[in-house]
Amino acid sequence: MSTEKATPRAADEVGVPDHIQYMHPTLVKNHGNWAYHDRPRPGVLRHVSKDGEEVFTVRAGTQRQMDVYTIRLLCDIGDDFADGHIRFTTRSNIEYMVSDQAKVDPLIEKLGEHGFPVGGTGASVSMISHTQGWLHCDIPGTDASGVVKGLMDMLHDEFIDEKMPNRVRITTSCCQINCGGQGDIAVNVQYTKPPKINHDLVANVCERPAVVARCPVAAIRPAMVDGKPTLEVDEKKCVCCGACYPPCPPMQINGDDSTKIAVWVGGKHSNARSKPTFHKLAVANLPNNAPHWPEVNAVVKKIVQAYKKDAKHWERMGEWIDRIGWNRFFELTDLAFTKHHLDTWTGARKTMNMSAHIHF
Amino acid sequence: MKDGEPHDGKTEEIEIHPTPMLDQLEDGPWPSFVTGLKRLRDSKGERYAPMVNDLMGQLNHSYENRKGYWKGGVVSVYGYGGGIIPRYSEVADKFPESKEFHTLRIMPPPGFHYTTDLLRKMCDIWEEHGSGLIAFHGQSGDIMFQGCSTEATQPAFDALNEIGFDLGGAGPALRTAMSCVGAARCEHSCFDEAKAHRGIINSLLDEMHRPSLPYKFKFKFSGCGNDCVNAIHRADFAVIGTWRDDIKVDQEAVKEHVAKVGRKYTIDTVISMCPTRALSLNDDNTLDIDNKSCVRCMHCINVMTKALSPGDDKGVSIMIGGKRSLKVGDMMGIMIKPFMKLETEEDFEALEEFAEECVEFFADNALEHERVGETIDRIGLPAFLEALDLDVDPNMVNHPRTSSYVRTDDFDEEAAKWFERKATEAGMTVAGE
Repeated sequence: MSTEKATPRAADEVGVPDHIQYMHPTLVKNHGNWAYHDRPRPGVLRHVSKDGEEVFTVRAGTQRQMDVYTIRLLCDIGDDFADGHIRFTTRSNIEYMVSDQAKVDPLIEKLGEHGFPVGGTGASVSMISHTQGWLHCDIPGTDASGVVKGLMDMLHDEFIDEKMPNRVRITTSCCQINCGGQGDIAVNVQYTKPPKINHDLVANVCERPAVVARCPVAAIRPAMVDGKPTLEVDEKKCVCCGACYPPCPPMQINGDDSTKIAVWVGGKHSNARSKPTFHKLAVANLPNNAPHWPEVNAVVKKIVQAYKKDAKHWERMGEWIDRIGWNRFFELTDLAFTKHHLDTWTGARKTMNMSAHIHF
Repeated sequence: MKDGEPHDGKTEEIEIHPTPMLDQLEDGPWPSFVTGLKRLRDSKGERYAPMVNDLMGQLNHSYENRKGYWKGGVVSVYGYGGGIIPRYSEVADKFPESKEFHTLRIMPPPGFHYTTDLLRKMCDIWEEHGSGLIAFHGQSGDIMFQGCSTEATQPAFDALNEIGFDLGGAGPALRTAMSCVGAARCEHSCFDEAKAHRGIINSLLDEMHRPSLPYKFKFKFSGCGNDCVNAIHRADFAVIGTWRDDIKVDQEAVKEHVAKVGRKYTIDTVISMCPTRALSLNDDNTLDIDNKSCVRCMHCINVMTKALSPGDDKGVSIMIGGKRSLKVGDMMGIMIKPFMKLETEEDFEALEEFAEECVEFFADNALEHERVGETIDRIGLPAFLEALDLDVDPNMVNHPRTSSYVRTDDFDEEAAKWFERKATEAGMTVAGE
């Protein structure tokens, strides 16, 4: 055996790959030349090019975290109906592009046979964009895929139809960093207690100045406990955000008594009509009840139904609330308005009503 | 078995962990990730089956105790400093086969286009080296190849690299970008999103593969104001398609739309919903558009896809400083460049150059763990504009300052610059015509 260490393979720094080689030929041919689109039925888009060429897109929901068998099954369907090309949306829906309209219905049938719901277009509730949770994150307060599975089971009928006032984009996040992002409805972990510190481990595990610097309210300071250098938290200042936990795992933020779930409403990415907005607190302190999160599920259902019933066509969740007022929102959803709904963070004053405009 | 069908037999060699909590997530109409995990666990003879068995055991343990049991670490491939998310189990004594369960973040093609042939190759590679579990896609925009031992990380990357794919970003570095489907299949597209995406990221790859920035820096590309990849909320540098000339109107198609849905419904859902009151419905059911007041929000175009479309003089707006909560709270990007033409090779080069300047500014001026939006807040927008040699523009603000606490003794010089710039712009327009 040679004593020389084998030279590892040097990476080919290819960067972002060229997408054209993977793109459906009808899309390549009509790249930048599309005229308009419509939706023949929920889950199907029809795009027409300036030369009159058509492409049908069939959109279906997936579980995002996919085993190779599921992916190969989706590939088989792509080979049979979509010329061997597929794409994914930003919300993990799969899309098959079909140039022959005759293949659309059989494709929908095939997806249905294998349990992939066709929908997520137009004024529907699309797939939830979510995080990793207990499956893979190092700082999760809850699971992601499980919460999403439970919610999408409940919202399935709204995914396969287009009966909402406008599109509904839901996100979930397993901690307050909110990697799931803004949404019409956001289901996010909300911690309720300061971190519990294991003072034996802090000095060895944590870069203490970095942890002190991480705290948004300057509640963490160096301390000595039992002769060991460690950190302590001013619990009166602490906002229980969990930001110290990632750089310092001995500052445990999770616990049965402290990991709760909050639901937020009215976030919007699009610039259509109103400017993009952040979501706002609807309710906090819901229990983190795996595996079905029934309390969270009930709140989301209530909000979705109130919006569906009361909003005008094309109003997004936040625009609907802007019109009817928060008073009415809390009334229609049977949720409580509390002192915790009053923002106390930087810029809070700009969130207050500084006018005589009131809703009764 | 590679025919897409689940295995029904139990793996003889391994003792299956009971997963009573996870089992409850197999009911219901939505596709179940638990059923998928079980297919992998029950793949008789596959090397990843015991790993997925223990992964499921740990996940069920999490469901029971409501706690996560992964910790980070440092794992990378030869020559790179980032792109792998290391995960070591804290309960490896109970679940040893998944004690290392790292994720490879792999950059997807812009617009997330794949051939089935390519996806099958990826599956084969992940069956050989990983757990058989792949997410399309993570919130970062990456394909997440989840579940790899430390030892298998290098061969897994080599195999993916050999079919033309590269690691994405992690840590304090340039991150994987995202772009919408755009020009490939959308009539709203105002620029070649994928070309801009590839041009910028591939010119800055070193910042991705060898993390040395103060913190993360993200680019996202949306073809119009609908912002389907959430760039304004989520990107440090958001590129949003727009246009300078008039909305294109097919008045006959407007009439058809009104005839189909009715005059009141058209007024309620299009005319009244225009955020700047730039629309009016004429008595003959054609549309009157005050294009000077239009803010390119996309609403009327979204509703009347056949009748209305973006103008011909297309380009992009650039917004800087979007980010998620940690640690000062959520921020959206600020309009920094209202319009850049993006058609010729020179235009794309100018965009890449501007992107590089912004990343360079960030590298030189941000504090540790500070996003560029926070840097701008700390130093003030005027200082940022000065550093990047950018002209001030009324499109940057909702309204001018309301606070009188500012020193204005060079106001006249600044005003002279404005008038000079306006004169130059007017002159150029005249010369160009």
